[in-house]
Amino acid sequence: MATTKHTLVAIVQDKPGVLNRVVSLFRRRGFNIDSIAVGHSEVPHLSRVTIVVNGTTATVEQVRKQLDKLIDVVKVFDITAEKITGRELALVKVKASSTTRSEIIEIADIFRANIVDVASDSLTIEITGDEDKIESLLKLLRGFGIKEIARTGRVAMVRGNLGAMLPEEKATRSRARRQA
Amino acid sequence: MKKTGAQIVCESLIQEGVDVMFGFPGGYILPFYDTLPQYPQLRHILVRHEQCAAHAADGYARATGKVGVCVATSGPGATNLVTGIANAYLDSVPIVAFTGQAPRPFIGKDAFQEIDITGITLPITKHSYLATDTVTLAATIKEAFYIARTGRPGPVLIDLPRDVQMDQAEFIYPDRVDLPGYKIPTRGHPTQLKSAAKLINEAQRPLIIAGRGVIISGASEDLKKFAETAQIPVVTTLLGIGCFPEDHVLSYQMAGMHGAGYANKAIDNTDLLIAIGMRFDDRVTGKISGFAPNAKIIHIDLDPAEIGKNVRVDVPIVGDVKAVLQAMHKMIESRQHVDWIKQLDEWRQQHPLTDIREGAELLPQYIIRQLYEATGGKAIVVTGVGQHQMWTAQYYWFNEPNCFISSGGLGTMGFGMPAAMGAKVGRPDKVVWCIDGDGSLQMTIQEMATLVQDNIAIKIAVMNNGFLGMVRQWQELFYGKRYVATPLSCPDFVKVAEAYCIAGLRVTRREEVMPAIERAMAHDGPFLIDFMVEPEENVYPMVPPGASVAEFIEHPEKEVSTWPRRSTP
Repeated sequence: MATTKHTLVAIVQDKPGVLNRVVSLFRRRGFNIDSIAVGHSEVPHLSRVTIVVNGTTATVEQVRKQLDKLIDVVKVFDITAEKITGRELALVKVKASSTTRSEIIEIADIFRANIVDVASDSLTIEITGDEDKIESLLKLLRGFGIKEIARTGRVAMVRGNLGAMLPEEKATRSRARRQA
Repeated sequence: MKKTGAQIVCESLIQEGVDVMFGFPGGYILPFYDTLPQYPQLRHILVRHEQCAAHAADGYARATGKVGVCVATSGPGATNLVTGIANAYLDSVPIVAFTGQAPRPFIGKDAFQEIDITGITLPITKHSYLATDTVTLAATIKEAFYIARTGRPGPVLIDLPRDVQMDQAEFIYPDRVDLPGYKIPTRGHPTQLKSAAKLINEAQRPLIIAGRGVIISGASEDLKKFAETAQIPVVTTLLGIGCFPEDHVLSYQMAGMHGAGYANKAIDNTDLLIAIGMRFDDRVTGKISGFAPNAKIIHIDLDPAEIGKNVRVDVPIVGDVKAVLQAMHKMIESRQHVDWIKQLDEWRQQHPLTDIREGAELLPQYIIRQLYEATGGKAIVVTGVGQHQMWTAQYYWFNEPNCFISSGGLGTMGFGMPAAMGAKVGRPDKVVWCIDGDGSLQMTIQEMATLVQDNIAIKIAVMNNGFLGMVRQWQELFYGKRYVATPLSCPDFVKVAEAYCIAGLRVTRREEVMPAIERAMAHDGPFLIDFMVEPEENVYPMVPPGASVAEFIEHPEKEVSTWPRRSTP
């Protein structure tokens, strides 16, 4: 069966060791995490974990169910099939001499990226966007020599008025329909 | 008035209805132990190795349906619990394990006997806590017991730093838990119930395969009513044994690797498999692609993650087995499946399960059958892991739930004696037999001392064949009879028992079996019988690894006598 990238969002209790429980579960079930991003959510004491994982629909569904069983995981949903806004932030330190500096700045401008640090032989660029956009910028910058990359991994949200709860309810409903 | 953390633990245990715990003290759990004399209603049984504290709590929980409690100190005490916790996890047994821990300022500093036990047990507990504050300790314990016993039960660990045991706080036992992330499914989805009932009413060759979930849910009576109404034959998994009376006309005993030939043929031929409270372990499915190839599958389980994990399911029903069976009972029609049951009975004639060869040899099958006769099938029987375990599952027929106690998922050798100990403590009214192997017994043999100190009157039957028998059987069948590291020299078990002040007997001939069993049962206190059984006897039928369940192999010599089948009154 074909594997695809899935975006899972887990709302977890903000307690010590929670991230360890989540990550351990992936290791235990033999999944590779492409990226994981954690931060506070709109509700106090609840954190939001966005996990990008590669796998077949059936296996990702198994992981979703296993995650849902963790006591500290309040809810978890696979938003892959939804219309989502997915963003990642990257910091790229690229070699820059007096001759290449202006060319690099021009490229950064095209990508609407920011120059956040300038040194005698390098520039640091901050870019936000989906993975494709970041990859395209990196491709262009490689020619100049990349010294360092720091990426956050994807954070994602369903588009429109829907809150986090709704896609899950929708998914549950459509699952129930499928099963019926 | 304020209480210490240790007192809060004791008060909480009392609130949870705990009256006994199995444990072993040590430095960082001492404040708790020091408090125990203030609570005489809490009985503490001192084991000889912490692994056995966890197994005893496990046996206690399975025999009583209550939460078992075990206690150990930090470091090695805690790590010794690990096997027992893993065992309880894989068999969904509710236990709460308390471990001592270094005082908070020492945690993470590699202090003496300081180990990250919550980290170590992360993948083998349903949940775990490192108690960081005496003020929230009571709420933590409340949650731990709630999580352990509800939903799909499992082990919960609470790590107690010594200073948390010593600090003081008001004791207020909460009357509810606040666990927004903990969901327990109850009733099945109505649409699914309807689809399932439709399939059941239309099936020509339906079959129920029932597991431990039926026992946990207390749904044995409901299963019986359900099966009788629709006249559906029932097979069980190893841990499902006893959830449906094995002498019932609709019972076709255990299926799987060492299951009855007819039970496996039933799976191979059914057109509708109704799986209830079981999880399609590879020991029951054999080769997945060859499992129930002609059947639609209805899977009823409390744990949504079990649905579709190992086999494709046509109708998934997530819910409590008891509630689902009750709801579905109203939707199914009273039916007969005359041809199907006739077919199954023919297979039962052709592939009888409980044959015992005539002859002089002392066969373990014969002994277990005699144990069944002597106890009227009413004992709690606890086993170790290996050949003797499978023979017990095959030759002792269980008619009540919670009477066959065995390590299924983890297959833990050494489980027998400590678990039997826990079962007897929980059910002193019952006769408790521990059927063990000579290999399995030696892994936890030191618990004989516990039996004596706390006068726990279990009866031990050792199937002594001088081999690690199950491994030897695999070597014989699949490794060219190369018996590497399986011949086993054993001590004189009767003398060992005697050294522990336990009465014992050795049996070498068939005619001595029944008198020995009777003597053991008449004896007041623990008793050991060392049965010197046929060394190279194999467990049959057997589904070879990688084969489908229908491809079971039977005993090469054709059996002569048949154990007469009992009928339901």
